[in-house]
Amino acid sequence: MQDSHIVSGFDRDLEGVQAQVMKMGGLVEKALLDAAEALELRDEALANKVRQGDKAIDGLEELIQTECARIIAQRAPAASDLRTVLTVMRLATALERSGDYAKNLAKRSLVLMGVAPVGTATGTVRRMAKLVVQQMSDALDAYIARDVVRAREIRARDQEIDQMYSGLFRQLLTYMLEDPRTITASMHLHFIAKNIERVGDHATGIAEQVIYLVEGELPSDDRPKHDAVSESV
Amino acid sequence: MNDMRIADRTVDANGIRIKASGVQVHYGDSHAIKDVSVDIPDKAVTAFIGPSGCGKSTFLRTLNRMNDTIPICRVQGNILLDGENIYDKRVDPVQLRAKVGMVFQKPNPFPKSIYDNVAYGPRIHGLTRNKAELDGIVESSLRKAALWNEVKDRLHAPGTGLSGGQQQRLCIARAVATSPEVLLMDEPCSALDPIATAQVEELIDELRSNFSVVIVTHSMQQAARVSQKTAFFHLGNLVEFGETSQIFTNPKDPRTESYITGRIG
Repeated sequence: MQDSHIVSGFDRDLEGVQAQVMKMGGLVEKALLDAAEALELRDEALANKVRQGDKAIDGLEELIQTECARIIAQRAPAASDLRTVLTVMRLATALERSGDYAKNLAKRSLVLMGVAPVGTATGTVRRMAKLVVQQMSDALDAYIARDVVRAREIRARDQEIDQMYSGLFRQLLTYMLEDPRTITASMHLHFIAKNIERVGDHATGIAEQVIYLVEGELPSDDRPKHDAVSESV
Repeated sequence: MNDMRIADRTVDANGIRIKASGVQVHYGDSHAIKDVSVDIPDKAVTAFIGPSGCGKSTFLRTLNRMNDTIPICRVQGNILLDGENIYDKRVDPVQLRAKVGMVFQKPNPFPKSIYDNVAYGPRIHGLTRNKAELDGIVESSLRKAALWNEVKDRLHAPGTGLSGGQQQRLCIARAVATSPEVLLMDEPCSALDPIATAQVEELIDELRSNFSVVIVTHSMQQAARVSQKTAFFHLGNLVEFGETSQIFTNPKDPRTESYITGRIG
């Protein structure tokens, strides 16, 4: 970062909300990994823990938004300070959404525990979740380091998750066609996969915010898309 | 991009009122302004910001030759108002100041009536032929300065009896009475309370439909609120000049960044 502010309270305010956003990031990553583990290992206790843990994530989000509003009102941030506050607010929103997806995954995994497993799909979901969490954690690291090179790499890497999602979509479709009894489980697994894919989009969004924070503009070039599902029939 | 508020703030790049190039100002041995070139747009508010002693007020004063009154002050370079060099020997500084009006930090009404304060400029420049015309100018100037309704019943009361904010608007009315093209304001709100400040800021926004306004301010929030263009001065240099929205969200120069974010720069 740059030199410190003349008003040192301003530095403390900015550091405070950024620390909270990182804490939130840690909770979201843990929730996603735990939910995916609960799904694969059919661990009901762990799934319930994730469901309950979402309150803490929501609470942090609210705290961050309130704090950012106060900073805007009190400090009238400009230039990179303004971009920092705006970025923190957007990061908090993205993480809160991602936390909701983790909670949803946990809920659906509880339903799935009551029905017969479908092929190896839960394993794939867990691998996908690990990949997404890696993306998220890299994006947050790039944010802390204000590293645009890394942010651009993360942005380009999202296609890997999209491809995994497309593969899983086809796999689940096949199961459902072969045996209608797998439809309930397959539908839930599909929503889970779609939600994880969306978390990946949020991670990409965070990487884009890093670029905005450092350069003052969002990247304008379209990133490569490899999600063929929206076109398949 | 069809948002009216955005369209409203865009500045017509072709309408340049003042073109300054390679301006240097020395006070004796001290080099106060170092090779400053800037285009001041017409029908827009341009804000000059920068730390104390950065040269913003000095530069503002070169725009209507206020520095002529300081014997040790030397101005070099070109300042063109509508294409004419204002430092040309044939230019009468008094006439120039009728075209380029100035409002100062502290309200400084003449110890005369409200009416005479506003009528002073038109009288000495012989802008009117009779009392009715002069009355018309006084009224329209006070209206432009958003003061008419408050003073119309006591035009012959002393100007110094008004409140600070009213006195400042009286000074603005006095400045616009000679139908200037450019209005220079040197920290016009620093002696006013927030309400009077808001009134003067609202006035500045209205004035820009008729004038080119240049304002020096220590309040960056004020610059962000009232101006369309912002120039950042530092140690006598013009560091950065651009759209106000760009300067306050994404300045290009690290010195501008340090200054507007309140860091040690």
